[in-house]
Amino acid sequence: MTDPAFVQLSLPPILIGTLAAIACALPGNFLLLRRQAMVGDAVSHAVLPGIVVAFLLTGQATGPVVLFGAVAAALLAVLLIEALRRFGRVEPGAAMAVVFSTMFAAGVVLIEQSGAGAVHLDVEHALMGNLESLIWFDATGWGSLVDPVALAGLPLELPRLALAAAVLAGLMLLFWRPLVLSTFDETQARAAGWPVGLIGLGLAAAAAVAAVAAFAAVGAIIAIAMFVCPPATARLLTDRLRTQVWLSVGFATLAAVAGYVLAGHGPGWFGASQALSAAGMIATVAGGILAAAAIIGPRRRQSFI
Amino acid sequence: MMELFLQALTLRAGYNAALVALGATAFGLAAGLAGTFLTLRRRALVSDAMAHATLPGVVLAFLAMVALGGEGRALPGLMAGAAITAGLGLLAVDALTARTRLPEDAAIGAVLSVGFGLGIVLLTAVQGMQAGQQAGLQGFLLGSTAGMLRADALTVALGGGAVAAVLVALRRPLTMVAFDPGHAAMLGLPVRALDLALMALVLAITVTGLRIVGVVLVVALLVIPAVAARFWTDRAGRVGLLAALIGGGAAWTGVALSAAGPDLPTGPVVVLVAAAALVLSFVLGPARGVAAPLWRRGAAG
Repeated sequence: MTDPAFVQLSLPPILIGTLAAIACALPGNFLLLRRQAMVGDAVSHAVLPGIVVAFLLTGQATGPVVLFGAVAAALLAVLLIEALRRFGRVEPGAAMAVVFSTMFAAGVVLIEQSGAGAVHLDVEHALMGNLESLIWFDATGWGSLVDPVALAGLPLELPRLALAAAVLAGLMLLFWRPLVLSTFDETQARAAGWPVGLIGLGLAAAAAVAAVAAFAAVGAIIAIAMFVCPPATARLLTDRLRTQVWLSVGFATLAAVAGYVLAGHGPGWFGASQALSAAGMIATVAGGILAAAAIIGPRRRQSFI
Repeated sequence: MMELFLQALTLRAGYNAALVALGATAFGLAAGLAGTFLTLRRRALVSDAMAHATLPGVVLAFLAMVALGGEGRALPGLMAGAAITAGLGLLAVDALTARTRLPEDAAIGAVLSVGFGLGIVLLTAVQGMQAGQQAGLQGFLLGSTAGMLRADALTVALGGGAVAAVLVALRRPLTMVAFDPGHAAMLGLPVRALDLALMALVLAITVTGLRIVGVVLVVALLVIPAVAARFWTDRAGRVGLLAALIGGGAAWTGVALSAAGPDLPTGPVVVLVAAAALVLSFVLGPARGVAAPLWRRGAAG
């Protein structure tokens, strides 16, 4: 770990993966409690065309235009799902599956037809991210962390993700009371004057922001693991929401770090040289932790919801 | 490109291509029909979890077949592996839902994403091994009919045909269970067994369609045709028939389109064709579509 190669090659991806996981875990807690885990699923798929269009316009897979595109795509998805449910009386699960799979398909065709794949954003990225390639060429060692010249060469995803995670954490704290109230007792929330529908929409938008952040690191589908697994694990360990949120952040971090290390260095322990997908390993570790909690978690059975 | 498309559409693009088109259509028909029951039972998303959970099984089957000295590309073998892990995924969803306080949607999301993630890990593990053969596995993510072998096309056609046949044979009990399980149970129908049978058939059609539309999008072919059909009629038998036709038609057209030009991956193109059919149904359909009130007025007047 004193090797400059660590700071160059491993530190940024580990940090980016961790920030992406945390960014998803935060709203994931509320989605879980509202029985809206599939919103995370739908949003992760639906943001793809938004990201692609923004990428075609700006040449970057992160940044404000991309965020805007992603949120717009997510809100479009919500609209379409509502339209299907209202006009077609389609059941919610089917409506979501229709919308998110269609939008994802559209995103893939856009990538292929526009030649974006040749530049930076290809279908493989959409499916499994490219965490391993987010390296910091200009780093020469730990000292680079305080060297402004070297810092200028940091992969863009890192500061942007840090900002996204901070903003999501801030919004969660700011709107903590209406979020908690509307999640646990919607009637009372309405009575107290909170715009419950708007809160729900805001949560979906927050999920879209997190999904874009995670997309840069692990792609669309594995982002779903980050929305669901750490909060679900925490939920099986505690009844208290505050504790649950902190635990989910902890599990997200654990999954991201352990996943990256296992993917990069695991094969070496067995004498193989092929590195494994970091994104896939992060999802797998997150799933493993959830499975453990499902088997031995102290609060796995009781339900007050 | 138009030339190529029309050729493929009318089965004039070669024997192989024609077989692929027919196989894909058989899959589309069966998927549309299965999806009708699936959406009625509100199990669309569970099938998505199963579909994503096929990925580890496909790679493991590949490894097993190679270990046994083969090439690792035999579609029936890959489908068997897919079926096993998909079945395990379904069991995992049920176990999480029944034994913990997690709601079903969380269980589905977890199995879907973790299953897929594990599959991706295995896929990258294989990448280092025999790169050329592994290239075939990548096609299971989003479907790839390019370079599909005659034997593969036949497998898909037979699989689709078999599932469709069983679904047609069981259509009445399945419909009754879908609309009113309580009533069906009172009539003496084995509701649990029929539910299991339906999921087994969905599993079968899912693994059949992997080569055509891929893991990520197979759920679309299950759900979109059924949803589209509901805009035209409320009668169960007709919904099933229409869903089958839409699914089959989308597969046929999509495969032809995909073959007509470069950079048109099969799965997404088929899904977009089905989605177009859905939009048309939404706008024009007499039963529930936006134009439905107009139809009613016309019928009354």
